[in-house]
Amino acid sequence: MLDIQQTLIDDEAGPSWLADFQTANNNLWSSQNWPTRKTESWKYTSLKAIETGGYRPRSAINSGSDQAQANGAVSGSVIESVIASSRIEGLETIDVVFVNGAFSPSLSSVDTLPSGVELCLFSQANSQQQADIREHLGSVAKAEQHVFVALNGGQLKDGVFVKVQKNTVVDNPVRVLWITTQQKQSLALAQRLLVVVEEGAKASIVEQFVSSEEEQNCFTHGVTELVLQDNSKLFHYRLHQEQEKTALVSGVHAKLLRSATLESFYLAFGGTIKRLDVVVDHQGQGAHCEMNGVYLPRNSQHVDFHTCIEHAVPHCTTNEVFRGIIGDSAKAVFNGRIHIHKDAQKTLAQLSNKNLLTSNKAEIDTKPELEIYADDVQCAHGATVAQLDEMSLHYLRTRGVSTEEAKVMLSFGFINALVDQVHHQAIANYLRPILANLFAQDPELMRHIA
Amino acid sequence: MLSIQNLHANVDDKHILKGLNLEIKPGEVHAIMGPNGSGKSTLGHVLSGRDGYEVTDGAVQFLEKDLLEMETEERAREGLFLAFQYPVEIPGVSNMEFLKASVDAVRAHRGEDALDSVAFMKKAREFCKAVDLNQDFLKRGVNEGFSGGEKKRNEIMQMMLLQPRLAILDETDSGLDIDALQVVAEGVNSLRAADRSFIVVTHYQRLLNYIQPDYVHVLAGGKIVKSGGKELALELEEKGYGWLENEVA
Ligand SMILES: Nc1ncnc2c1ncn2[C@@H]1O[C@H](COP(=O)(O)OP(=O)(O)OP(=O)(O)O)[C@@H](O)[C@H]1O
Ligand SMILES: [Mg+2]
Repeated sequence: MLDIQQTLIDDEAGPSWLADFQTANNNLWSSQNWPTRKTESWKYTSLKAIETGGYRPRSAINSGSDQAQANGAVSGSVIESVIASSRIEGLETIDVVFVNGAFSPSLSSVDTLPSGVELCLFSQANSQQQADIREHLGSVAKAEQHVFVALNGGQLKDGVFVKVQKNTVVDNPVRVLWITTQQKQSLALAQRLLVVVEEGAKASIVEQFVSSEEEQNCFTHGVTELVLQDNSKLFHYRLHQEQEKTALVSGVHAKLLRSATLESFYLAFGGTIKRLDVVVDHQGQGAHCEMNGVYLPRNSQHVDFHTCIEHAVPHCTTNEVFRGIIGDSAKAVFNGRIHIHKDAQKTLAQLSNKNLLTSNKAEIDTKPELEIYADDVQCAHGATVAQLDEMSLHYLRTRGVSTEEAKVMLSFGFINALVDQVHHQAIANYLRPILANLFAQDPELMRHIA
Repeated sequence: MLSIQNLHANVDDKHILKGLNLEIKPGEVHAIMGPNGSGKSTLGHVLSGRDGYEVTDGAVQFLEKDLLEMETEERAREGLFLAFQYPVEIPGVSNMEFLKASVDAVRAHRGEDALDSVAFMKKAREFCKAVDLNQDFLKRGVNEGFSGGEKKRNEIMQMMLLQPRLAILDETDSGLDIDALQVVAEGVNSLRAADRSFIVVTHYQRLLNYIQPDYVHVLAGGKIVKSGGKELALELEEKGYGWLENEVA
């Protein structure tokens, strides 16, 4: 085990009923190698920022003389402005809010839950909930395959558990808001979410990662596990809107049982390092996954999406579209894997990844990986790096729109084409102005979009 | 209005327009016909200033100004409008945002006040109705998933919004059903005015029954090889282009 692996370990114990889970994960963390650029799945993403960032778990700081500083109260006005800018107008949400890793009861709204919805912190789970958590936790995200899942499992002190009971249809999304602010000492934070949507139930989850505007010095390692039981449906949103110095390695791991549908949308601004592993496991026939995502790194930011869709059984479908705009000297990595096992006949799987580079120093490494072991399947898979479409640009200009504004409109449109497909209109409406802002420094140029 | 002298243009180093001359006065409607691949759309693209269409010789004046010196968007703001043979689909940019940007740019250039969104919507709805397009089209992506005929009607609707001085309609009649053809023709006719001119590129004499041209030209081999009145269109319909071969050569 390397020093860096040691320094990320938290001595403080989690809930006692999770002790064996933690021990198992800790063992996997210590026994697995720290990824380097020679590790295939980390070829294009360096972990140097984490190695040299001095991130420590809170307990390591608390036990030292820095305790008072590290715990320094966060100014109310800072939090207020983060809350305001993350508010999704027109969407009534059940909020679960964390500030620098700590649950904030006052900012959350979990006291009254719709009937059929259970929501609790691991630390406050009743015995039935503890049993549910133990049944599902770690059943989707595989610590032996993902070293940071092992880290997270070993370190987690708490987490959020959501269960949507059989045949329950919940309109209001549960929103897990993960807020970080600038710290005196660089912090390593464990974030964990477990969602179980029972048979025939339908629900929505919004995971929103935001920060104050100052330079960030938190490293969040997170794991979200989604269990979709037979005939269930889940809308899942992951919005990564943090300030650009944020470090994050996070995974979303979903398991789809018979005829379950997962509709997800990802948005990621870049960070010092931002790595997202998205794994969808089709385990029941007739399961369907609709996944759209956009990433928009700028300046010298980095963002890395590794998606992996496992088709283990017949008659499942996947429709995955990711688009990126990479500006300045930013770098993006997209690795889209679709694995069709030999029994997965009649699979329909499509993956498209399109990238726009808006500067000649911007970089994208995109790699589609299609592995098919079944013969009766329909798959399409493509990755492109493109410029703005010349014909579209010309068309807008022939209508009098200036070249600059036309470029802003087209860049926005390239991303907005996916935002348009988002199921919850309020979320699309919330995102559009934020995105429009990215493409135009000059407000004149964005006044016709969003 | 428009004066083209000895226009030569290359596309991808291929010589397409080979000495084209054309004079259009205010209020006139000129029809251009001609075989496939003869350069009709190329003329539209060159006049609109599309990148990659290189003018190698000749001159073009539009409203007494040197057209070829202007950027594409300036040409549009000065009052040149091109209805595309193949209108472009732009998913993610809504028709409404696009039209507002366009109208704002053109009005600002003319020194007119910007339309507020209520006034704009009123006009947009009015012209949608005029070309028989459902208002829902305003919310959709630019031409996204529009049928062939809907795209053409959208072009005419844009023309009505922008009130150009010179409109070039490149095969706006192709792919239209009979009712749509009439709708489009009425749209054009409603804009006919003493200070507005049209170039109507078409393969079919039928359109010219609805939009009566002052002149008919045959473009072949990159230049105008024959000009006449509207009876020329009838003659072409009957005889095809073969008999003009001598003039092409
Ligand atoms: N990018 C290009 N590179 C090479 N040749 C081109 C290019 N674009 C057009 N051409 C050629 O230029 C010629 C003129 O094309 P144009 O589209 O102007 O014809 P047209 O008269 O509009 O024909 P149609 O009646 O079929 O619309 C054709 O031979 C076409 O193949
Ligand atoms: Mg043509």
